[in-house]
Amino acid sequence: MKSIIRFIPLILFFLLAVLLYRGLFLNPQSMPSAMIGKPLPNFELPTLKALDQPVGRDDLKGDIVLLNVWATWCIQCKYEHPYLLNIAQDPRIKLYGLNFTDDHKAALSWLKQYQDPYVFSIFDEQGALGLDIGVFGAPETFVIDHTGIIRKRFAGPINDEVWQQEFLPLIETLEAEMAEGAS
Amino acid sequence: MRNPIGSQIGTLEYVIRLVIGTILLSALWVTSVNASSMDTFQFKDEATQLRFQILSKELRCPKCQNQNLEDSNSKIAVDLRNNLYNLLQEGMSDQEIIDFMVYRYGDFVLYRPPLKEQTYILWFGPLVILFGFIIGVVFVLRKRSQVKVNEHDLSTQEQANLDDILNKK
Repeated sequence: MKSIIRFIPLILFFLLAVLLYRGLFLNPQSMPSAMIGKPLPNFELPTLKALDQPVGRDDLKGDIVLLNVWATWCIQCKYEHPYLLNIAQDPRIKLYGLNFTDDHKAALSWLKQYQDPYVFSIFDEQGALGLDIGVFGAPETFVIDHTGIIRKRFAGPINDEVWQQEFLPLIETLEAEMAEGAS
Repeated sequence: MRNPIGSQIGTLEYVIRLVIGTILLSALWVTSVNASSMDTFQFKDEATQLRFQILSKELRCPKCQNQNLEDSNSKIAVDLRNNLYNLLQEGMSDQEIIDFMVYRYGDFVLYRPPLKEQTYILWFGPLVILFGFIIGVVFVLRKRSQVKVNEHDLSTQEQANLDDILNKK
């Protein structure tokens, strides 16, 4: 009995060490979005290329919609951009942009310079839609399913690894859900 | 007198001056920090301004994580401060504003987590640990007091030896 008590501090130390060691490899930025499972809120905002034609939620057509939050002040968006051009080729998804609290001219010339992967980019100068969906920075990418529900929020740049691990499984799940709903 | 620090009274005076000076300086610093995030907003009355101050301390910056909205100068914190101001001007109540933020950013924006099943461990964990320690301490102390006094008693021979040594002196 006494020898067990003697080992309690050592056991506690190891438990604490394991806990803290795990903490070293957690990403504090990867927080679950509060918006998951909630419908995409409606909005009325212009697009980058047509300032006089406001669009809304229903204009984001497509069964699986990816809404990518970007801005010219965001350095990681530049890193992510070539891969977005890649994703836009995927026939299963439709990629839309949300240009977030940005300068209109700079945003247009960005799309010209680096090519435009988006069906269109919503021009959210005041960050109104961004606030409504809980955006806290750029880049962020939301996945919206065929019923208009937000299913995922990924904060950070997308690359091949992220795409394979974070997005493809969800896309497959959504496709299965749609097939189930149709039958 | 030319070197007041040298004498005893001078030293005391020096210390007092130093302390008062430090307090004044830090007070100055604190007020200037408070002013920095305030001066761009015009409030309709002082009560609203006070609510703004309280709410921007209660709400946490989603990006910078260990700062509240008032402290942080990150882009999102500035945006959310503007938003908070607009919501206050629209006449929303404190609870409505907090609900508004929680709906979008989750419980994470609150510095004080709400009491619910997932947060029981946060609220009651420390109390449980405290009680665990108290019980542990009581247990150990009781055990110690139960040790029989007789065990430490000296045998007759030992007592005689001890008396011998003491009496020698």
